[in-house]
Amino acid sequence: MGRALIRPIVIMGAMYAFLKFVLPNIPGSAEIPASLIILYLLLTLSGIIIFETLSAESKDAFWGPMQRFLTGENIGGLQPLRYGILVLFPVLVGWQTYNATAPSDSPPAENRVIHPAPPGEYTGLANPVPKTPENIMQGKGFYAAFCSPCHGANFDGKGPAARGYNPPPANFADPTTIAMLQESYLFWRIKKGGVGLPIEGMPWKSAMPRWELELPDEWIWKIIMGEYDGAHQTPRTWE
Amino acid sequence: MHGEDGLKERTSYGAGRHGAWLVSLLVATGCMVLPAIGLAAESTAAGPTEYRDIPYIGSRNLIWIVAQLHLLLAGFVLGVPIFAWLCEIIAWKSGEQRYDKLAKEFTKLLTSSYATTALFGGILLFLLIVFYPKLMNYLTDIFFPSFLLYCLLFLFETATLYLYWYGWDAMQEGGKKTLHIFLGFLLNFFAIFIMIVPNAWATFQSSPVVISEGTAIERAWAATWNPTWWPINIHRLIANVVLGGYICGAYAGVRYLAAKTAADREHYDWMGYVGNFIGVFGLLALPFAGYWLMREIYQYNQQMGITLMGGFLSWLFIIQAMLIGVLFLGSNYYFWLGITYRIPGSESQYRKPILWMLISLLLCLAVWMTPHSLVASIEEAQKMGGAHHPLLGVLGVMSAKMTVSNLMILITFMSFVMYWRAGKQDTAPWARLAKAVMGAILALASIAVIILGVWGYFVPAIVRINYFSTSQVAIVIFVILTITPLTALLLKSAKTTTEMVWGRMPPRAGYALVLNAVMVILLMALMGYARSSSRVHWHVYGVMRDTSPYAYSPALGSASLIMVFCTFFFCLLVAFIFWVATMGDKAKGAQGAVKRDLPHGIPAMAGGAPERREA
Repeated sequence: MGRALIRPIVIMGAMYAFLKFVLPNIPGSAEIPASLIILYLLLTLSGIIIFETLSAESKDAFWGPMQRFLTGENIGGLQPLRYGILVLFPVLVGWQTYNATAPSDSPPAENRVIHPAPPGEYTGLANPVPKTPENIMQGKGFYAAFCSPCHGANFDGKGPAARGYNPPPANFADPTTIAMLQESYLFWRIKKGGVGLPIEGMPWKSAMPRWELELPDEWIWKIIMGEYDGAHQTPRTWE
Repeated sequence: MHGEDGLKERTSYGAGRHGAWLVSLLVATGCMVLPAIGLAAESTAAGPTEYRDIPYIGSRNLIWIVAQLHLLLAGFVLGVPIFAWLCEIIAWKSGEQRYDKLAKEFTKLLTSSYATTALFGGILLFLLIVFYPKLMNYLTDIFFPSFLLYCLLFLFETATLYLYWYGWDAMQEGGKKTLHIFLGFLLNFFAIFIMIVPNAWATFQSSPVVISEGTAIERAWAATWNPTWWPINIHRLIANVVLGGYICGAYAGVRYLAAKTAADREHYDWMGYVGNFIGVFGLLALPFAGYWLMREIYQYNQQMGITLMGGFLSWLFIIQAMLIGVLFLGSNYYFWLGITYRIPGSESQYRKPILWMLISLLLCLAVWMTPHSLVASIEEAQKMGGAHHPLLGVLGVMSAKMTVSNLMILITFMSFVMYWRAGKQDTAPWARLAKAVMGAILALASIAVIILGVWGYFVPAIVRINYFSTSQVAIVIFVILTITPLTALLLKSAKTTTEMVWGRMPPRAGYALVLNAVMVILLMALMGYARSSSRVHWHVYGVMRDTSPYAYSPALGSASLIMVFCTFFFCLLVAFIFWVATMGDKAKGAQGAVKRDLPHGIPAMAGGAPERREA
């Protein structure tokens, strides 16, 4: 096997090791799901193929050994390995088929829609409560009483009750959560809770209470103001 | 009489011989017609028919397929005249006749596709009237003035296209050429209006503006000038150029792979290069137009915006990123192959820069393809603390996507500049300074785009959308507008060290061109589904509800089956059209070969194709 063939194998191995063992151990990181690892490995592989086939010489150096091996042209002692590969491919396909169809006790991977579209009556609603320091403070107070047990005193989704929920409560300090949404969206989610999620929000995995049963609308609007202020975020607006 | 008897005999013989077949065919046809009963079954005695259906395939799927095919064909037919006309102007101004030949070849593909486009348009109209009479009544009531205008535009477009194509050879000299160029302008003028008038009907369904007072024209005008009309017009105009360029590139790629003579190889290699260049040229501007469109949708209706970008269609945009990524990679790969094969000896010089460009492109693509909410098993989700990865989750939002798409545009632009400069040596005394300036502009622009992208996480969304993202776009446009003329000036006085050799590209270059075309078709099919599905259960968003049994959005998995079918069928259709269009050339080529075989030759027929050079 030529160097041109060993190099891609090393690159693929190194990339896998990086994604599987290095990246998850960086402080603040976590294990990467298999779906994403496969995506990144496919990208790496396509990059290798593109680069190695840029010229006739590099293409021959890269593809030539594989072609010779597969066609059995002057491979000498590697002939048994070639037959081994011939057997291995159907075995791999069979194994993959078995894995895909065999009964398993683990639930399937899910693609939950975190932010389903709100019902029409909630779009475009403006917060009717004036943004005064008093109202924001009052909102933070309501937040501390009703929301912080799950969403955390620091608005980071790490309240004392958070460990009991899967999926965990939203982290408002993350700039990719409430900062991407308008206030009216939060109003809908707080008011209707997990049971008010639409069909596209299935499998409706949210333990968010339906706060409209306990809190008046004005309090909910104040809580929204308190959340944004406490998490140092601003709602999405068009002005 | 004898002949008549013979005919009768043959008919009766044939009937006897094939009688069983004929009966079977009649029975089979009868069975196939049976479902038509279903068409009438939907109507009720209580009121006018609102919907009709067709069994098995379903009315919605049939409309979907025909509409998508019509749009793809229309995109090609409206995109090609733009660059065919530009090629003709280049030939006219520079005197390089190969551009004129290329423009003519593009137009030949156009004429044969035009009739098919109109045919599919007609089928679509009939199907819409049959299956959705209530909706069509409503739309006709609002838009009938523009329906009439559309008919007129179609007449003008057809007449102009026929004059443009059939007058090509007759209008080659002097003032006639100027007239021909003017016809090309008219062709594009009418083509643009043919595109934007129906765009108003389609965008009205997504973002309707309905007024009850005023004349018919005032109501039609108000409905036409709806919030997403111009964003769609611009987006489709650019997308049509991209589609046309890549399909012409694929056509050239296939002809290149099948070429038997060196002259054909040279010509189709060059045509493939031009097609890819046009595709890339449009592709550089397309993300900007797409971003503007999406911004307008979000601003028009939060619900529609979230359905697209954060709701059940959000995964569609990861697929879109993959397709655009392949398109960027394929286009750059073709440029890089061009450097190594068309400019002998340049491979060693450019291999390292190409490697860095490739790594940068892949990194950008990795960011673009990283979803915000990941597909994960329960165990994986628990380890991540939810569906968002604590570290990679930040790559899943618009600030990151916008940054990498801008960087990919910059890299692709530099790829082209590298190709442009390959095989040439600067002789201008200020060349060193110019290169330093260009390098500095590129480096500073890239850094600025990244800084704005990172900063975008820490400012309100509206600041990011209105100022940061637009600044990123402005920076990239500035780079393109400064480096292009500087490079052109440098190359004006440059010495050619290695001549470009056409016709030496490996077969994989032809396949790359075909791959690009397939990707752009798939992409258009995907975005057609996105635009339509964003209306959810409304025919006209918020105004006319879909009350048919199909008032639901198909899941991405089942929708992809229709998209793939549309792509496959469109490729077959285009292959057939191009095969028909080039059938005459092959016959003429064969005739030419016979003529050459004759020792004395025969007189050439008027209007015959020019002789092809031998290898």
